Amino acid sequence: MTMASAARGAQPPRLPPRRAPLVFGALLVLLALLAARSLYLQRIDRGFLQEQGSSRYGRSLEVPAHRGRILDRFGEPLAISTPVKAIWAWPDKVEATPEQMRKLAGALDLPPQALSAKLKSDADFVYLKKGVPPDAAARIAALAIPGIHDDDEYRRYYPAGEVLSHVVGFTGDGDVGQEGIELAQQAWLGGRPGSRRVIINRRGEVVEDVASIRAPQEGRDLALSIDSRLQYTAFRELKAAVDANRAKAGGLVIIDVRTGEILALANCPSYNPNNRNHAARERMRNRALTDTFEPGSTLKPFTIAAALDAGKVRPGTIVDTAPGTLTIGTSTIHDAHREGALTIEQVVQKSSNIGAAKIALSLAPETMWTMFSEAGFGTPPKSGFPGEVSGRLRPAKTWRPIEQATMAYGHGISVNLVQLARAYSLFATDGELKPVTLFREAGPVAGRPVIKPETAREVRHMLEMVVLPGGTAPKAQVAGYRVAGKTGTAHKLEDGVYANKYVSSFVGFAPASNPRLIVAVMIDEPSAGQYYGGSVAAPVFASVMGAALRLLGVPPDAPVNNVLPSDDDDGDVREET
Amino acid sequence: MVKVNLVLLALLVMCALSLVSSRHQARKLFVELEREQALARGYEVEYGQLQLEQSTWAVPARVDRIARDQLHMQIPGAARVQLIEGAPR
Repeated sequence: MTMASAARGAQPPRLPPRRAPLVFGALLVLLALLAARSLYLQRIDRGFLQEQGSSRYGRSLEVPAHRGRILDRFGEPLAISTPVKAIWAWPDKVEATPEQMRKLAGALDLPPQALSAKLKSDADFVYLKKGVPPDAAARIAALAIPGIHDDDEYRRYYPAGEVLSHVVGFTGDGDVGQEGIELAQQAWLGGRPGSRRVIINRRGEVVEDVASIRAPQEGRDLALSIDSRLQYTAFRELKAAVDANRAKAGGLVIIDVRTGEILALANCPSYNPNNRNHAARERMRNRALTDTFEPGSTLKPFTIAAALDAGKVRPGTIVDTAPGTLTIGTSTIHDAHREGALTIEQVVQKSSNIGAAKIALSLAPETMWTMFSEAGFGTPPKSGFPGEVSGRLRPAKTWRPIEQATMAYGHGISVNLVQLARAYSLFATDGELKPVTLFREAGPVAGRPVIKPETAREVRHMLEMVVLPGGTAPKAQVAGYRVAGKTGTAHKLEDGVYANKYVSSFVGFAPASNPRLIVAVMIDEPSAGQYYGGSVAAPVFASVMGAALRLLGVPPDAPVNNVLPSDDDDGDVREET
Repeated sequence: MVKVNLVLLALLVMCALSLVSSRHQARKLFVELEREQALARGYEVEYGQLQLEQSTWAVPARVDRIARDQLHMQIPGAARVQLIEGAPR
């Protein structure tokens, strides 16, 4: 303040000089700072803010993809995935009234003690139950108990249950195939969830698709060759026979002669794939494909066919089987029933081991080996099932004469049931071996010729005689149809020694005038007194074959009163190899 | 010159506004599409469940049991079957 300004008095006080420029300067600096900050945020550190922004409106969502269905040949579902909930809890955060706990236990279908035990666990996180149906999950959500949550998951259901469990198999954790077709066809059936980036609004609705990160891949449906009706019939009859004979196990295969499709494949004992908590691994094996057995006499027709094809014998050629024993080297083989001179036809009909052995010894080992190998023995049947076995067929060079003789009637060689059934397509067709498959085919499938058509027809005629009185399996007759087939009764090998346990089998086809179906039955260790293939396996064959032909509408090729009683009920089913 | 600029400015503003409204429209439609797709997925799931239910009711084992036990049906014996010649397949 100067004297002059004080003298003027009325004048407003003057601002000190340099204040205005100072303030102006300060403001300018602040402005510059702001500009610099915004420049920094916009140009240099832009990523941070953009990330923050997009995290508020952008989301990456999972696009679910479900597993394909497994269908039978008519499109009936055999395996379907459906969404369910997994209920889980944070045990230390759960606060529930006793009333709520009771309702929760009810909805989870758990005993209240089991539930409270789970909630007392020390773990941070426990699954209360997986695979809870959506309606029960909704009831749990309505209880709104703090600390109880749910997650989406898929569960696989198998409507056919134990009837088809060995073929279809099942899935394990995360809906991934673990057994059977579910395992073999995982790549085809399995879906791969995709994910996409979207923009959501404040209500959580998706308002814009930004980008697809990964397209979802839906699982594809798969049609099997199985006919559910035949499968059920096969399973029911097999189970009844296994129970009635107090057998350890059993298997049954139905093959369509024209296409090689497996129409039914049943195993006993079985398990329920929808609830397999207590099922032993033992019950889960698909024995018809993954186990081998010594087939016994069901192999004789192949020995005979090899001899007929090589021109060594004719159907009427006489073989002397007396006196019922035959010594080769140090070993002796027996016939269960002593016969004299038999024609080749009768060797098959009466299932003479000695007859078959003598015929075999007239052949070069290579000829027999080629026959067995061409019929599909010793190589996996390639049906599309995982873990199928090839069976054992040793190279012909290593055969000793006694081995060649026993192989003629199916000992010293091992096969699985599907191989055996498939091999009979040689006689059901005019000498062709058809490929075998578990998947639906569009039409007839070409086979590979193995034996001469005349040979096939001759053996087919012999096989027809087996089921007539005087043969080993009159119980395999079917009303209204001509059937052909062969019995087998084999001692089981235990630790390299033949034990007093048996595998009874029957393989056959019908109608004999124009074969449509091959049915192979195997009963493992029947122990209710009977063990001959003709009395244990043949009746199963007859009831399954009869029902199957009726269901498929195959026209009968014989009068309905064609079933002839056997001459004496005891003797003619006698046969042992 | 000024007039042309004014007209262009007005056009620009109109375009900008229509962009805003069409964007809004698109989002609304998209929300609707999403909702319908979710519904379709729901129906698919339900279809699967119904299929499952149907096949559970129709398993041959159950049909067989009902036919035998409740309806007392049986397979006719050979003596009661007569084949009519010339019948279609």
